Amino acid sequence: MAPKRVKSIKFQVFSPKEIRKMSVAKIITPDTYDDDGYPIEMGLMDQRLGVIDPGLRCKTCGGKIGECPGHFGHVELVAPVIHVGYAKLIAKLLNSTCSNCGRILLSDKKRDEFIEEIRKRKEVNADFEDVVKEAFSTASGVKECPHCGEPHVEIKFEKPTFYYENNHRLTPIDVRERLEKIPDEDLRAFGIEPESARPEWMVLTVLPVPPVNTRPSITLESGQRSEDDLTHKLVDIIRINQRFQENKEAGAPQLIIEDLWELLQYHVTTYLDNEVSGVPPARHRSGRPLKTLSQRLKGKEGRFRGSLSGKRVNFSARTVISPDPNLSIGEVGVPIEIAKELTVPVYVNEHNLEEVREYILREEHPKANYVIRSDGKRVKVTENNREELIEKLEPGWIVERQLKDGDIVLFNRQPSLHRMSIMAHEVRVLPYKTFRLNPAVCPPYNADFDGDEMNLHVPQSLEAQAEAKILMSVQEHILSPRFGGPIIGGIHDHITGLYLLTRRGNRFTRSEVMELIKTIDVDKLPEPAIEEDGKKYWTGKQVFSLILPDGLNMKFKAEICENCDVCKEENCDRDAYVVIKDGELIHGTIDEKAIGAFKGLIIDQIVRKYGAYTARIFLDNATKLAIRAIMHFGFSFGIDDEDIPDDALNQIIDVIREAEDDVTNLVMAFRRGELDPLPGRTIEETLELRIMQSLGRARDRAGKIAGGYLGLDNSAVIMAVSGARGSMLNLTQMAACVGQQSVRGERIKRGYTDRTLPHFRRGELGAEARGFVKSSYKNGLDPLEFFFHAVGGREGLVDTAVRTSQSGYLQRRLINALQDLKLEYDGTVRDTRGVVVQFKYGDDGIDPRKSYGGKAVDVKRIIEEVLEEG
Amino acid sequence: MDEKWLDKQLANYPMPDRVKEEIKAELMKYDITKKKAREIIERCYSDYLRNLMEPGEAAGIVAAQSIGEPGTQMTMRTFHYAGVAEINVTLGLPRLIEILDVRKTPSTPIMTIKLEGEYAKDRKLAREVASRIEATYVSDIGDISVDIYKLQIILIPDERAMKRKQISREDLIKKLEKSLKVEVEDEGDRLVINIKEPSYRKLLQTVEKMKSQVIKGIKEIKRVIIRKEGDEYVLYTEGSNLKKVMRIKGVDYRRTVTNNILEIAEVLGIEAARNAIIKEALDTLEEQGLNVDVRHIMLVADMMTSDGQVKQVGRHGVAGEKISVLSRAAFEVTVNHLLEAAVRGEVDNLAGVTENVIVGQAIKLGTGDVELVSRIGVKSHGDGS
Repeated sequence: MAPKRVKSIKFQVFSPKEIRKMSVAKIITPDTYDDDGYPIEMGLMDQRLGVIDPGLRCKTCGGKIGECPGHFGHVELVAPVIHVGYAKLIAKLLNSTCSNCGRILLSDKKRDEFIEEIRKRKEVNADFEDVVKEAFSTASGVKECPHCGEPHVEIKFEKPTFYYENNHRLTPIDVRERLEKIPDEDLRAFGIEPESARPEWMVLTVLPVPPVNTRPSITLESGQRSEDDLTHKLVDIIRINQRFQENKEAGAPQLIIEDLWELLQYHVTTYLDNEVSGVPPARHRSGRPLKTLSQRLKGKEGRFRGSLSGKRVNFSARTVISPDPNLSIGEVGVPIEIAKELTVPVYVNEHNLEEVREYILREEHPKANYVIRSDGKRVKVTENNREELIEKLEPGWIVERQLKDGDIVLFNRQPSLHRMSIMAHEVRVLPYKTFRLNPAVCPPYNADFDGDEMNLHVPQSLEAQAEAKILMSVQEHILSPRFGGPIIGGIHDHITGLYLLTRRGNRFTRSEVMELIKTIDVDKLPEPAIEEDGKKYWTGKQVFSLILPDGLNMKFKAEICENCDVCKEENCDRDAYVVIKDGELIHGTIDEKAIGAFKGLIIDQIVRKYGAYTARIFLDNATKLAIRAIMHFGFSFGIDDEDIPDDALNQIIDVIREAEDDVTNLVMAFRRGELDPLPGRTIEETLELRIMQSLGRARDRAGKIAGGYLGLDNSAVIMAVSGARGSMLNLTQMAACVGQQSVRGERIKRGYTDRTLPHFRRGELGAEARGFVKSSYKNGLDPLEFFFHAVGGREGLVDTAVRTSQSGYLQRRLINALQDLKLEYDGTVRDTRGVVVQFKYGDDGIDPRKSYGGKAVDVKRIIEEVLEEG
Repeated sequence: MDEKWLDKQLANYPMPDRVKEEIKAELMKYDITKKKAREIIERCYSDYLRNLMEPGEAAGIVAAQSIGEPGTQMTMRTFHYAGVAEINVTLGLPRLIEILDVRKTPSTPIMTIKLEGEYAKDRKLAREVASRIEATYVSDIGDISVDIYKLQIILIPDERAMKRKQISREDLIKKLEKSLKVEVEDEGDRLVINIKEPSYRKLLQTVEKMKSQVIKGIKEIKRVIIRKEGDEYVLYTEGSNLKKVMRIKGVDYRRTVTNNILEIAEVLGIEAARNAIIKEALDTLEEQGLNVDVRHIMLVADMMTSDGQVKQVGRHGVAGEKISVLSRAAFEVTVNHLLEAAVRGEVDNLAGVTENVIVGQAIKLGTGDVELVSRIGVKSHGDGS
């Protein structure tokens, strides 16, 4: 049977009649429980309103807790009060209608024009807010009623709920009387649907009392009951209502009556919304403002965003993540303890009866935790009832089996900024207590292993499992829909490893090759490239070629390419020109450009040509091979990797001294007024710019010197050039000179009056005085430099903090604005109204994920392929 | 390759022009048989068909994520404009937010003005155009002083500055008389303005007004910078007024742009505004080194402009004007939306995403959009029975 769907929800204002009709109990006493802790009848905890105590039954429907949906009661207000939410609308209505005859202050013709316009807009689902606004403003500007000739007196509205006519206050009774007089047809001109909302209903005469399960009381440890905020507020209302009634019946003076009326208005107002401006919020005994109806709905943790748009789930787990390159990118290592707790339902039928029996009988890991019998009862499988359950087991039961290898689960890391933040993985149950994943899938999740935690969800229905496997599995997300390139790929050591492996001049003996590929499924070795003294050697490129699919042809420039003026192609000095022919790496070194996340051209090509499955196998093999390779060569990075000879140090010192002299000269020229301003800049700005340039140049030169001495075999240099981690700038800062520290793109100038620190003279403009750090990280910063470095570093921290909140809000707005857009079968993009937003998606209908970096068709490749086929 | 034949062949395929042009350009480089060429076109076409977006796809969500996700990686700082070191421009996340918010004026309005014919080639002529655009204040071309005793304002014009800005003395006097409604006496080396009304307040008011008086150029444009780009001179301005700049002689109005999207919408129309949004957003992302497919940005721009006026992405625009009550309530200002919906007797048809999440139903996108009915017992399929 297809599940029932809610087709639509209509919003209306409650009429007093309806409130009384749906009410199951008239509430008159403000007390909740009597001395024995029993709910008082006609009190706020009346048992007809539903149950919150376990074991009891609802007096209206007979349901137990969880069965009874709760029932509304009502309070008869002694005198009407204004509904705060509609106070402004009431004011507008009073001002746009006649106080005598109640008609709209517009001629019938004009009124019908507005009604017609609204009707038209409604028909096409367009916004008609501006029409309503105009109707109100034209009507309220009229001097005299066109229907009865009564002069129009402006009614002043004073927040939150007061109305004055000629400085004479209108009571809610007066207001209600006037609103009653407005004919249905006139209301339509104000966009009000009279069947849904008569204006007099906005002045409350009866108050609905929500069922108890919307305001459950909690029992404290001391046995004392603590009531919900709503209950507190309702108690206040009923108490005042009662007192009002007594006073009224006793014929109390008008002044007292008015006071009580106002008090009742206050309580009803704060009951509806405790954050109305101009009304002091109702407070709890402790001084905390009460959370009343509006507050329950509003905001991030409110009902809408907190409970309805974001729901809590079962069958989920969360723990710390750690890397494991031996797993496939499509797998996730699940701790055995978690696997024992999470379950997958197995629907028992004739065909799997035996298999299911096995689960129930097992005492070890993949066993059954619970069974759900045909009557819907859930039974825990224990040692005692195991045999009994086996006997009774029949098709129609559901057995909840522990998570085991091969199950499909959803894996997620917050913030879930794009769809690759939740992907489907295959379970591998492993010892220890962390989730394990292949580091190649870190980029889409934006995860690292410095303590990150991730969530895991087990889809329960077969449809969900199938959908997860087909649409959400990791291999289907190698290409990002953001730019049509790979988002999954090698990182850090994968790149270093393959770079080291495929560099020129490597050769491996048979046993070394075997060691490298022992975890990879390869059945045949190629002919060795080198034979020397009767011994066979294979090159690193040959080893890497083992994991490339047959028939792959590629040519591209690697990351290490220096963009020479004339490319020597195959004869590149740095071996930066990659040539792959029929799945064989002929020339070039593998680095970030080839297999890295975001850039990996080989990955990109494999996904497109051979499909996601082959790409997954390639990535699995590449990560395994890379780790083996880096272990073969050994790779480390330490403080002595930044050692540079004294010679270089002296050169660097000279360069920096030169720059400092340059700065001094500039400052002197500036002081003498000899500095020529750059066009459109002041002299001060010019000086700053020139100094910044000079110092920046000095740092770069220092870096060049250091880089020259470190050489291409230095670990840090290898990582920087291959794109594995870090940059040459990082290296410069470590080995040569940290450089100018800046705040808002300028040299540091804040602090004391006219100087950054008391160590300097006022107005000093030299390099040192404005935050130039000439030391390297390795040599260490002197105290002043350390201080400036902290100043510059602080800006980065603040920046990140501000950015996350801002971009989070931007993302939310974007999602909210665009979430309903759907590509229809006719190729148009439409919203829920059916309004066409684009006649052809992206002007060409191409899926960005499948595009070639944005292009619809890779014409060049097709031509090459066709031509090669001969 | 025979061009005419190729055109004829390509005409048979319903592919976007951009793809066709590329195929043509590439094929023209080779000398291949017609059979091969036909095969290539056929392969391109099948590739094109394969790369189409599938029906039911949540194009909007993908676009929103693709633009929102890189937001976390953007910087917050104001940088110098690429190439033009003299002008500060808001870039990075603040600029992206500004574009999607459709602010009245961007925090750093800038125009790029291309010049026509001779003006683009000659630096002197370009300078001339620049001085016509750049706002020149009275204080830029002379010293203003006040003689309180005589109730006079004295302006000593700087001849050199006036010459540079190409303002004649007569123009200056005329302009001052017209805008300040005073009479100016030319006393040779100085201009004297007498205040008719004997009032210090009036005197000081006039001085203030005079200081902020634009003598020449466009008020909004505070600075113009001339740069040579390729073989032509281009003007960059701080401040923007597209309408006025387009009318200036020497300006090539076809190639002149501003970064103020609302201004473009006003002057050039909604489609120009759409293109401006795409260009600005794409430039902002690209400048940060972030690679985002244009199609995503296009969808956002189309959504913002689809009903004829530029609407912001947010409460007072696209997201706030949706028809679904629940969806609006779940976004911002929850209570007001609910109260209003009740008065209007609105009906939520639960067509969108949020609404169905709220009531706990499958959403109408992707796999939730299709329904499968299996006919048990019917073996053959497609026989129409």
